[in-house]
Amino acid sequence: MDDAKTFEQFKECAVKVLGVSPDKVVMEANFAEDLEADSLDIVELVMELEDSFSIKVEESELENVNTVGAAYELVKGKLA
Amino acid sequence: MEHKSRVVLITGGATGIGAATAKALLLAGHQVAVTYHTRNAGDELTSFGNQFYQTHCELTDPTSIDSAISEVEAIFGPVEILIANAGATDDTLLLRMSEAAWAKTLDTNLTGAFRLTKRVLPQMIRQRWGRIVFVSSVIAGMGAPGQANYAASKAGLTGFARSLAREVASRNITVNIVAPGAVETAMTQDLTEKRQTEMLASIPMGRVAKPDDISGAISFLTSDEANYITGVVLPIDGGLSMGF
Repeated sequence: MDDAKTFEQFKECAVKVLGVSPDKVVMEANFAEDLEADSLDIVELVMELEDSFSIKVEESELENVNTVGAAYELVKGKLA
Repeated sequence: MEHKSRVVLITGGATGIGAATAKALLLAGHQVAVTYHTRNAGDELTSFGNQFYQTHCELTDPTSIDSAISEVEAIFGPVEILIANAGATDDTLLLRMSEAAWAKTLDTNLTGAFRLTKRVLPQMIRQRWGRIVFVSSVIAGMGAPGQANYAASKAGLTGFARSLAREVASRNITVNIVAPGAVETAMTQDLTEKRQTEMLASIPMGRVAKPDDISGAISFLTSDEANYITGVVLPIDGGLSMGF
């Protein structure tokens, strides 16, 4: 899967779970500050990403994942 | 207030408090599934036809929980109201209590509630609505000789429920506990005669509860009228536990 397609799929998950407009889901967006996501939103997003990409994310991997870019890199790393 | 029909799962719902609650919620128009361990539900519930479903479930086995809930989801849809009612006792004084008797009781009553909740919670979160009621006991607060394992398991539910209540309150999911006192069920009939006499003497209302005395409160906590109540431990005990 190419990068743009993967990000599009990632973005769909974020829009669905966080209820934000697609244009807000950019690499530098901070979950808490820019997307108003609380900790439960982030867990929900991870669960959605796990289902959508058929991956498994461990709790410990979520430390310091505060931005869309960091979360996307985490997902991409699982697909490699 | 207009009530929506909801999907309800009650563990230990074939007898006692669980069956009384199942009946109350069926009469309220909900679709009710119950799990049973040893005895399945009688005509009083099965007469509700397609509105009612029952299946066997072993609370100490996550696979059994998963398959029971999958069955319910396939028939009724995602569980919106969970009533974790099933419980077990294995009474003896601590000096005689085996580690197995301790662990099994904790596994059924406390970890069983954890397993059930984990299984149904993602769907409740997705739907932004849910009701969870744990059936505890006055023993959780008062303690009782011979019931250290049971009391610990039920007291553990309070910390579990209140933590969860804080985690999911923003998603319109409430988590509450009812704490019945002595109730006329098979489980309390197993208590020794001495223990039953002691209990009766200490109940201000002078009688044990009927399952219907408990099911009314559980039904209320699952209703729309209770939408601002979460993290509560509600004693239903004829005054038995006042002050504890």
